[in-house]
Amino acid sequence: MDIGLAHYLTVAAILFTLGIFGIFMNRKNVIIIMMSIELMLLAVNINFVAFSAFLGDLVGQVFTIFVLTVAAAEAAIGLAILVVYFRNRGTIAVEDINMMKG
Amino acid sequence: MVVQALAFYLFASIAVIAATLVVTVRNPVHSVLWLILTFFNAAGLFVLLGAEFLAMLLVVVYVGAVAVLFLFVVMMLDINFTEMREGFLNYLPIGILVAVALFVELAFVGATWALTDEKVAALGKPTPDGINNIEALGNLIYTDYVYVFQASGLVLLVAMIGAIVLTLRHREGVRRQNISEQVRRTRADTLEVKKVPVGRGI
Repeated sequence: MDIGLAHYLTVAAILFTLGIFGIFMNRKNVIIIMMSIELMLLAVNINFVAFSAFLGDLVGQVFTIFVLTVAAAEAAIGLAILVVYFRNRGTIAVEDINMMKG
Repeated sequence: MVVQALAFYLFASIAVIAATLVVTVRNPVHSVLWLILTFFNAAGLFVLLGAEFLAMLLVVVYVGAVAVLFLFVVMMLDINFTEMREGFLNYLPIGILVAVALFVELAFVGATWALTDEKVAALGKPTPDGINNIEALGNLIYTDYVYVFQASGLVLLVAMIGAIVLTLRHREGVRRQNISEQVRRTRADTLEVKKVPVGRGI
């Protein structure tokens, strides 16, 4: 019943895989794709914290804070772009996003 | 030890189930709510790992800010979500294929990596004795990583300004209250007294 590093790494791997799976399954919905990205970042954070706890190095947790910061910034900017895009086009379907194609 | 193991399995299983539901449920609002549940359980895992500060940060930043932002955007945009679900089953085979391949790769990476017994014996504790997690993290951030910390603050500032600039719009024909104009108004600009001769009108 001893919980080791491998257990946490397994949970993180499953969460990361679910994030990838979500991106493939919801090809049309940008919001779900962004949530999948958040899931993947969460999996990375679990990896960082697990290694930090089991290898005795606190820097992993410091780096997790920076990952969290960048994830929050990414979510804010991404959702702002989404709102502007929806205002202009009236849809958020991924395959309609081709205005920058030359 | 048994309690810790039970707590780990509880948090881990709920997190995985909630994450599965995030990517498979029909309604994006439910999807965001499952995402919040996933974050809460990940915070529980962080507490089990001894990273209390990060657990609280996860709850405050992700559940309190990011997930609520998602919820706002999902609810404010008027989108036909059933139309968005079209082709969900078409992508199922390729999605499962890629996910399984990636998971096997991750398992290989995890399996080839191991710590020797001498290495394990040489490992220290993540937080030094006598101080708690927040104190140790603060010492590290504000001494060794202070520039990176400032840079992450700048990233957040840029994100904030960027989000405001992107979503702010000036609409024409909207009458706004101009307080200084109202305050500057004197009797002379608005009021005029006319002497009206009796019986002739203006």
